[in-house]
Amino acid sequence: MTAAAANAKQRAAKAKKIRQFVTPEGVDLELRIASAGLRFGALLVDMILIQLALLLFWLLMQWIGFASRSDVTEVVWMLGAFLLRTFWFIGFELGSRAATPGKRLMGIRVVARDGGRLTADAVVARNLIRELELFLPLMMLGAGAAGDMVSGWTMLAGLLWALTLSLFLLFNRDRMRMGDLIAGTWVVMAERAKLDADIATDAAGTAMTFTETELAVYGIFELQELERVLRGRDPRAMREVADAIRAKIGRPVAEEDDVFLLSYYRQLKARLERKLLFGKRREDKYASD
Amino acid sequence: MIPPAAPARAVDAPSFSTSRFRAEREADWIAFDLLLTKLEKKGAKALASDELLQLPLLYRATLSSLSIARATSLDKALLDHLEALSIRGYFLVYGVRESRWNRLRRFFLYDWPAAVRSVWKETLVISLIILLGALTSYSLVSSNPEWYFNFVDEEMSGGRDPRATAEFLQTTLGHGKAAAEKDESGLHVFATYLFTHNSQVSILSFALGFAFGIPTMMLEYYQGIGLGAMMAVFSAKGLGFDFGGWLFIHGTTELFAAALSGAAGLRIGTAVVFPGARGRLQAAAQAGRTAGKVMVGVILMLFAAGLLEGFGRQLITDTMLRYAIGTLMLLFWLGYYYIPRREDVT
Repeated sequence: MTAAAANAKQRAAKAKKIRQFVTPEGVDLELRIASAGLRFGALLVDMILIQLALLLFWLLMQWIGFASRSDVTEVVWMLGAFLLRTFWFIGFELGSRAATPGKRLMGIRVVARDGGRLTADAVVARNLIRELELFLPLMMLGAGAAGDMVSGWTMLAGLLWALTLSLFLLFNRDRMRMGDLIAGTWVVMAERAKLDADIATDAAGTAMTFTETELAVYGIFELQELERVLRGRDPRAMREVADAIRAKIGRPVAEEDDVFLLSYYRQLKARLERKLLFGKRREDKYASD
Repeated sequence: MIPPAAPARAVDAPSFSTSRFRAEREADWIAFDLLLTKLEKKGAKALASDELLQLPLLYRATLSSLSIARATSLDKALLDHLEALSIRGYFLVYGVRESRWNRLRRFFLYDWPAAVRSVWKETLVISLIILLGALTSYSLVSSNPEWYFNFVDEEMSGGRDPRATAEFLQTTLGHGKAAAEKDESGLHVFATYLFTHNSQVSILSFALGFAFGIPTMMLEYYQGIGLGAMMAVFSAKGLGFDFGGWLFIHGTTELFAAALSGAAGLRIGTAVVFPGARGRLQAAAQAGRTAGKVMVGVILMLFAAGLLEGFGRQLITDTMLRYAIGTLMLLFWLGYYYIPRREDVT
C-alpha cells in the first residue's frame, strides 16, 4: 500500500466513527463514538471504585457493629451494598455530565441516540441490563462449576451465548451494548480540550519568508502534524521535523529550529487557509495542489 | 482613491485572518467555558439572572464560531476546543429541563402507574404463565409426591417436603410452640436478604426479555412451579389455608412485582420481534424506556414485599390477619396502578 492510500484509509477510519448530530441551531456537532477499549477502561475504573467504596463501607460497618453489638449494621451493609451496586451507574449517569467517574476519566458520556434529552428511564434501562451482561457469563461459569449434571459442553455453549451478549458492542459499528440498544442511547467522546495559545501569532514566526513553491509541498495533514510538534515543544522532535522539511524544500540549516518551524507553520497555514476560503481543501501532500 | 499598494508579503495581513477571528471571539468562549463549569459544579440555581440570560447567547455564539472555524481555520487545537465546548454546552443547555424533585414527583404520581398500565397485556400473560406453572406442579405433586424433588431444591425447601410431618410444616408457617421459641432478632437481616435476592432475580427476568421474551417466560414459569409444589405439600397435610395466609401477606406484593418485571421483559421481547411500523431499534428503545420505569417500580415493590415478608409475616401469626393485610396490599397496588387519573394526558 502506498503512503497516500494509507493516509486516505486512516481518514476514512476516522470518519467512520463520526455520527451526524444536528442541533436545533442547525450545526452538526459530529459526535464521535467511543471505542470499545475506552468503554472497557471506564467499566474497569468504576468496578474498582465500587469495590473500594464497598470495602470502606464494610470496614465502617464492622467498626460500628463492633461498638454497638447489634446486627442492624448487617442490614445496613446488605442494603447499602445492593444500592451501591445497582445505583452507582444510574445515579452518576443521571447527573448533568451523564457519566460515571470511570467514564469521566476516559472522556466519554452517554447520549440519547435520537438527539433528545437523556431521560431517567433510559438510564435505568441501560444500567439494569448491565447486571445481566456482567453477571450472566459469571453465572454460567458458576453453574457449570457447581452442578455435576451440566456437562462441559453445555457449560461452554452457555458461556459462549452469554459472552455474545456481553460483547455485543464489538459486533456493531455504533459500539452499542445490549443496554444501549434497549435504552436508545450511545456512548460518545466528550473529552475536554484546553484552549491553547494561537501559535500562528507568535512573533518568532515573521523571521523568515518562504516562496510559493516552498510552501506548496504540504497539505492539511502535514500542517496539523507540524502544529502538534510545535505545541509539544520537544527539541528532538522539532529538530527531526525541521531537518525533514529543510531537506524537502532544499534549504540549508541556518536558523534555530523553532524559528524556522514557526515561520514555516505560519506561512503554510496562511496559504492553506486562503485556499480553504476559495473552497479548495488539500487534505495531505499527496493531494493535488 | 486608490489605496496604497499592498505590501509584498500579503500573507501577513489578509483582510480576513483566522487569528483576527480568534482574537475577536475568544472572550466569548472563555466566558462560556466558565459559565458551563459553574453550571456543572453548582447547578442552575448558582447562576445569577444575568448569567442565565447570557447562557443561550454565549452558546449560540460558540456554535457559530464552530461553524466559521470549521470552514476557515486549520488550527487543530482551536477546532478541538470549540467542538468540545459546543458539545458540552449543547447537552447542558438542552439537557436539564426539570428539577430532581419535580422528576421524582412526576414519577410517583403519573409515570410509574402509567408505565405499569401500558404493559397490562404483558402483565396478564405473565400472570397466566405463573399460574400455569403453579397448577402444573400442584397437580403433579398432588398425584405423585415424588415429583416434588424434581421441582424444589433440597437446600431451598429446608425440610419442607412431602416426607415432613404436619407439625413440622406448621412450625415453618410460624404457628405452634417451636416457632414461638425461635428468636426474632434475625428478622431484619432476613428481610434484607430477601429483598436483595428478589430484586436481582427480577432484574434478571427483565433483562432477559430482549431474547424475544422466551427466557423471561421460562423464569416466570419456574417461579410458578416452585409455588405450586409447595402448595401441594402443605395442602396434602391439611395446611392449605394456613399456607395461603403465610404466602398471601407478602405474596400479593411480591408476585405482582415478579409479574411486572416479567411483563417489562416481555414488552421488550415483543417490541424486538414485532416492531410494527417503527424500525426494530427504535421499537426496542421505546419499549426499553417504558420497561425501565416499570422496573424502578418493581424494585420499590420488592422492597415493600421484603418488609412484609421479613417483619410482617414473622410477627403476625394470625392467618386471617395475614389474609387481610395481603388483600389490602393487593387492593392498594391495583388502585394505585389502574385507577385512571386526569393528568394522564400529557
